[in-house]
Amino acid sequence: MMLTRTRAMFIKEFVQLRRDRLTFATMIFIPVVQLLLFGYAINTTPRHLPTAVLVHEDSDLGRSILAALSNTSYFKVTRLARSEAEMDHWIRSGEVLFGVEIPAGFERSVRRGDRPALLVVADASDPVASGTALGALEGVVRTALTRDRGLPETAEQSAAFEIRQHRRYNPAAVTSLNIVPGLLGTILTMTMLIFTALSVTREVERGTMESLLAMPIEPIEIMLGKIAPYVAIGFIQAALIIALGIILFEVPVVGSLPLLAALSTLFIATNLSIGYTFSTVAQNQLQAIQMSFMFFLPNILLSGFMFPFAGMPRWAQWVGEMLPLTHYIRIVRGIMLKGATLYDVHGEALALLGLMLLAMTLAVRRFRRTLD
Amino acid sequence: MRAGDRQNGTVAVEVEGLSKSFAGRMVVRNLSMRVLRGQIYGFLGPNGSGKTTTLRMLCGLLTPDGGTGRALGYDILTERDRIKRHVGYMTQRFSLYQDLSIQENLEFVARIYGLASPEQEAKAAVERLGLVGREHQLAGALSGGWKQRLALGACILPKPELLLLDEPTAGVDPKARREFWAEIHKLAAEGMTVLVSTHYMDEAERCHEIAYIAYGELLAQGTIPKVIENSHLKTYTVSGPDLQSLANRLLGIPGIDMVAPFGASLHVAGRDASALDAAVARFRDERELSWTLSSPSLEDVFIDLMSRSQDNFR
Repeated sequence: MMLTRTRAMFIKEFVQLRRDRLTFATMIFIPVVQLLLFGYAINTTPRHLPTAVLVHEDSDLGRSILAALSNTSYFKVTRLARSEAEMDHWIRSGEVLFGVEIPAGFERSVRRGDRPALLVVADASDPVASGTALGALEGVVRTALTRDRGLPETAEQSAAFEIRQHRRYNPAAVTSLNIVPGLLGTILTMTMLIFTALSVTREVERGTMESLLAMPIEPIEIMLGKIAPYVAIGFIQAALIIALGIILFEVPVVGSLPLLAALSTLFIATNLSIGYTFSTVAQNQLQAIQMSFMFFLPNILLSGFMFPFAGMPRWAQWVGEMLPLTHYIRIVRGIMLKGATLYDVHGEALALLGLMLLAMTLAVRRFRRTLD
Repeated sequence: MRAGDRQNGTVAVEVEGLSKSFAGRMVVRNLSMRVLRGQIYGFLGPNGSGKTTTLRMLCGLLTPDGGTGRALGYDILTERDRIKRHVGYMTQRFSLYQDLSIQENLEFVARIYGLASPEQEAKAAVERLGLVGREHQLAGALSGGWKQRLALGACILPKPELLLLDEPTAGVDPKARREFWAEIHKLAAEGMTVLVSTHYMDEAERCHEIAYIAYGELLAQGTIPKVIENSHLKTYTVSGPDLQSLANRLLGIPGIDMVAPFGASLHVAGRDASALDAAVARFRDERELSWTLSSPSLEDVFIDLMSRSQDNFR
């Protein structure tokens, strides 16, 4: 052990570090941006959750119940359903977390003392997102109702109607049912990004790019040829995770397995394309890894995997919508837990397709065809 | 004119006023040259003189800042895709896949160029290269000489009309170098045009024509006798004892532009014949020295060209 030699190494490392501007920038940039981004975006007791309402009668009581729901600040009516089928579709597709159904003749039944039922359907596939709101539901609605109607709070009144909660898809709030589909997407994102993020920079660093560019091959041909083998690998990976999820964690696949397979393939290809895009931008393999990591972190935190999507501020939701994992998690939860059909998740599928094409276009444009 | 010219023309490469700079530094300036079909054209010059940059501009890997040019009749600015189909470019650094076997590398090249049966083509190339029995060895495990041969084999696999070789024999032993050049001559005899850059003078003498480039400028070109003649260099060979001190005494005398040791003798050269004679006259009296008039070697000419252009450069 010699201190001078250690010092020599230390100085050399520092000089090299200083020369790599991007690494230097990311060291400052990553912690600051990520801290601000996630510090403000993450909220574990989400409010203003999207709610669909199906109203069979237009009554004062119905209106005040809806107003009271909104007043709790947990619910936000975003959709007015015209039929039960429509409401179900929105819940399956993840468009809304709650559906409130006011039956026909509700007000009259209340006045007659029949104790009619107000149906509240909750998407319990993510227990964190729906739990708090459901807990607050009964008491808050009743006090709001009492105040609105100007009726004295008596024992009789408190039982004027019944709130029938319907926790769908994961009634026992088993965590693994929600986590496994999310993990499927997270694991795929991580592995797929790295596969392709290194592919172009590796050719540049090993010197093989010079030969490759002198050959008659188009950037799009290089890209598709490089992505294709990993689609197969990703597919095997996805199959493995789903199989283990079914066997070990008893996660059901309520919907169609072929549909899940097809959309998983699309998701895999989307991530591979994004990784490949990084690869065309990065100057070396280290930068490619850094970019993948910077992309990976928001995918975990803003996609609805770890924290409820509906609880994030609007700007964070917009960021989330730009991430493939957000859409894929909705697709997987939809198909595996809620039995969603292609019609229910077609919006998410189109979003994935769009992101993939965007990444591919960027990659082909960014690809340097010369050594200039 | 173009299609006919391409098919029947005798000119393989023709460039006019080619320039390229990187980050404000001129690497190639106003370079013009012409290479005939079936010729082996040697590209000589010191390190960093712009040889690699010129070769890269010819095969579409770099965009010239100025000038025009055609390779095999195709415009080097606008018809790069076509050039790539008919030009083989062998890079200075080994640029095949180290983690693929010899056979796999060759198959890859054959497929990229759309050859009919890649496996068969690769097999045939392995036989040509004399690598039978080693085709499943990884390319990265080959010695320097074999790597060069494999790279050349991969380059000529799609039967290009023009071959650009960037210092193909750097770091290769003399026997492998000789075999490499025998192969290049065979290819040229079959009609392939070869542009080869090198540092070695003996390799220059194996070329049909040469161009000397230094500091991005083409300083001389033509056949070797012509380049020597055009240098107007007069050279004496002097032999005797203690040549090192003689060299020190000769250096700096007006009229003597170059003093270079050459085995057991010195080459003393000057651009101005009469000035050189006058300078040398003083040493003629020294009995132990023997002076003979000789023709300058190619190396004499290049070293002189380089020192002159260095003066211009400064």
